[in-house]
Amino acid sequence: MIPELGHYALVLTLFVALVQSTLPMVGAATGNTAWMNVARPAAFAQAAMIGVAYAALTWAHVVSDFSVLNVVNNSHSLKPMLYKVSGVWGNHEGSMVLWVVMLAGFGAAVATFGRNLPPTLQARVLAVQGLISVGFLLFILITSNPFTRVVPAPLDGHDLNPLLQDPGLAFHPPFLYAGYVGFSMAFSFAVAALIEGRVDPAWARWVRPWTLAAWVCLTAGIALGSWWAYYELGWGGWWYWDPVENASFMPWLAGTALLHSAVVVEKRDALKTWTILLAIITFSLSLMGTFLVRSGILTSVHAFAVDPARGVFILVLLALATGGSLLLYSVRAPTLKAGGVFTPISREGSLVLNNLLLSTATATVFIGTLYPLFLDVLNLGKVSVGAPFFNSTFVPLMIPLVAAMGVGPFLAWKRGDLPGVLGRLWVALVVTALTVLGAVWAVGGPVMALIGVAMGAWAFVSALVEFAERIRLFRVPAGESWSRAVNLPRSAWGMTIAHAFLGIGIMGMTATSSWNEELIKGMKPGDSATVAGYTLQFETVRQGFGENYRAEVGTFRVTRDGKPVATLEPERRSYPVSRQTTSETAIHTTAFADLYVALGDPDAQGLWVVRIYHHPLLPWIWIGALGLVFGGLVSLSDRRFRIGAPERRRKGGPAMQPAE
Amino acid sequence: MTRKKRRLYMLLLALLGLGTATALTLTAFQDNLVFFFSPSDLQTKVAEVKDRSFRLGGLVEEGTVKRLPDGVSVEFRVTDGVAAVPVAYRGQLPDLFREGQGVVAEGKLRPDGTFMAREVLAKHDENYMPPEVTDALKRAEHFKETAKTVKQ
Repeated sequence: MIPELGHYALVLTLFVALVQSTLPMVGAATGNTAWMNVARPAAFAQAAMIGVAYAALTWAHVVSDFSVLNVVNNSHSLKPMLYKVSGVWGNHEGSMVLWVVMLAGFGAAVATFGRNLPPTLQARVLAVQGLISVGFLLFILITSNPFTRVVPAPLDGHDLNPLLQDPGLAFHPPFLYAGYVGFSMAFSFAVAALIEGRVDPAWARWVRPWTLAAWVCLTAGIALGSWWAYYELGWGGWWYWDPVENASFMPWLAGTALLHSAVVVEKRDALKTWTILLAIITFSLSLMGTFLVRSGILTSVHAFAVDPARGVFILVLLALATGGSLLLYSVRAPTLKAGGVFTPISREGSLVLNNLLLSTATATVFIGTLYPLFLDVLNLGKVSVGAPFFNSTFVPLMIPLVAAMGVGPFLAWKRGDLPGVLGRLWVALVVTALTVLGAVWAVGGPVMALIGVAMGAWAFVSALVEFAERIRLFRVPAGESWSRAVNLPRSAWGMTIAHAFLGIGIMGMTATSSWNEELIKGMKPGDSATVAGYTLQFETVRQGFGENYRAEVGTFRVTRDGKPVATLEPERRSYPVSRQTTSETAIHTTAFADLYVALGDPDAQGLWVVRIYHHPLLPWIWIGALGLVFGGLVSLSDRRFRIGAPERRRKGGPAMQPAE
Repeated sequence: MTRKKRRLYMLLLALLGLGTATALTLTAFQDNLVFFFSPSDLQTKVAEVKDRSFRLGGLVEEGTVKRLPDGVSVEFRVTDGVAAVPVAYRGQLPDLFREGQGVVAEGKLRPDGTFMAREVLAKHDENYMPPEVTDALKRAEHFKETAKTVKQ
């Protein structure tokens, strides 16, 4: 009964979304206020309805209702409760419902907080949101109904892919989707603005917090996914340039560019058409991300849901959304008035450079990801594009980006003074040089690694120097510096935090890709191995049990110079229901490195394949990602972004020009 | 600065970016495209793959998987039913690696004709067959069929 209710709610959502996407749009065009006013209640009703559908699906999973096909395929009565709940979105159908839940949630948020938006703009934004919902709901109802019943109901289910039964991955999809779907706000606002024919700083002030929120979620989602790949797949890597990873990375890059160009629209009323285009591109890339992962057209190391029929549907959806909005853009963008002028050496100029480099980088990732697909479609052979391609295209583009990132925040709006700024950055230059010298002294080359270290140090120190300048540290008494820091807009704090932690992340990425040590060895209990100064004594293998798996647990005693450091217990789990094995790695983390052990299978003589890695500075990658998220959240708490408060901002903040 | 001049600067910058990206991409493509070959492809293309990394795909031939005494080195043969290539690999095989199952390995061909795999790709689903392998097998099947017809 409850699954049918859910199905019914899903169909109702479709009709509500249909109303939401048409009436307000027509109303806004004809000036019919009553029709425009339909938008807000429709948005609430849509969120409520899809919420009911999602709750019904969750209920079916939680009580293990095996008469529902989706539950049979992805659940098992013995599965731990956490994964029963996360299993709802751990499969294709459920994840699509989650997509619409998020979409409707964002719509409801506009309806709630958007009371002081111009009424026509709000009506149009909600209508566009509704239209996206219609597309996805049709997709769910036609190709991926999560409520399909099976008769007769089997006694038990097939279980969720054990690799997905992991806390890190349980929360990866919701964050990722919140990011993808969050960019739909920027998209809806862009399309609405094109229809309105008006983009002004107020528009940017609206778009920025939504984009920032989406970006924070996407950053967290990507980091969680990468973290999971690192400790769960047991290959010792944290990023593989796999198509599925790239699919989420492209919207992130474009979204980062959008975040920065929206600043220029808000502060200087310039770059408007470009920002609109970027909003369209970012969301299109999000849709494409969904498409790439869900269609299974790309050979991927971890493509989970594979179904070409669904792929075609999403492809059509993607073509309509992207093609339609770009068509609208080409017709309407020329009518938008250009705004403020600036010289190339200025804050605006540096943000343009940021956008240029980020979009170029997005393009290289795009080409690397889709080129094999094009060749395949044209029957020109099967190729794959791996990490070396991205390392030699993407990485060089990041060097000028990070270099400019240190300088940009110092430049004045409109017209900046580059020599003067470099003069003020001497501390950062000196510290960067010293760090590089230190790295040369400690480990030597390779050159690319030293450049990476320089970039990391530069990003970190220049962000701090910029902050110190702003609070006039050491130039005015400490107390005054303190009060300046406290009064600094949150968005300025956010920028400093994000830029500085990006530097830490870059350090981590560089060190771990250049100086990691790896040992693969056949070991018997009693053997020992030495990696990076650590001695690992393989002691025993014992049997372990979990709720739905058996495990072989190895014990390694780690010592360094004879002193005990840690005991590591990597596991090899086998899940009888899905007949799969997974490896649970054991990691000893210090502030400066990870020691990582994974246990393989034994051969006839009882030799276990053991992989030991020493990853210098790897934890810094996660620290960097956390810092990006935290910086974004701090910036999001800025009072100027507090919805409904833009008019109050003049009174509260200090007279300083906030910049981010 | 006039609007016209600004536009010119922007255009130049954009062109510069585009040019750099194109140059980077083209050089990277030249060195880093990894081609996919089946064992029968290899027989005709040995010269082409010299010193280059490529992907080899097919089925793990039954009864050929040998683990060497060091516990981590493995040798097996990859076949598409027409030709077979010996493969050597050091490291942990993916969980779903089995005799008679589809496999994709990335690495280089040694002068003695053994394929040194740097990586054996894992698939997380036991029912999953890498599309390249399916294709290669189909082509090999087709090849055998035509060969039979010719003989008759």
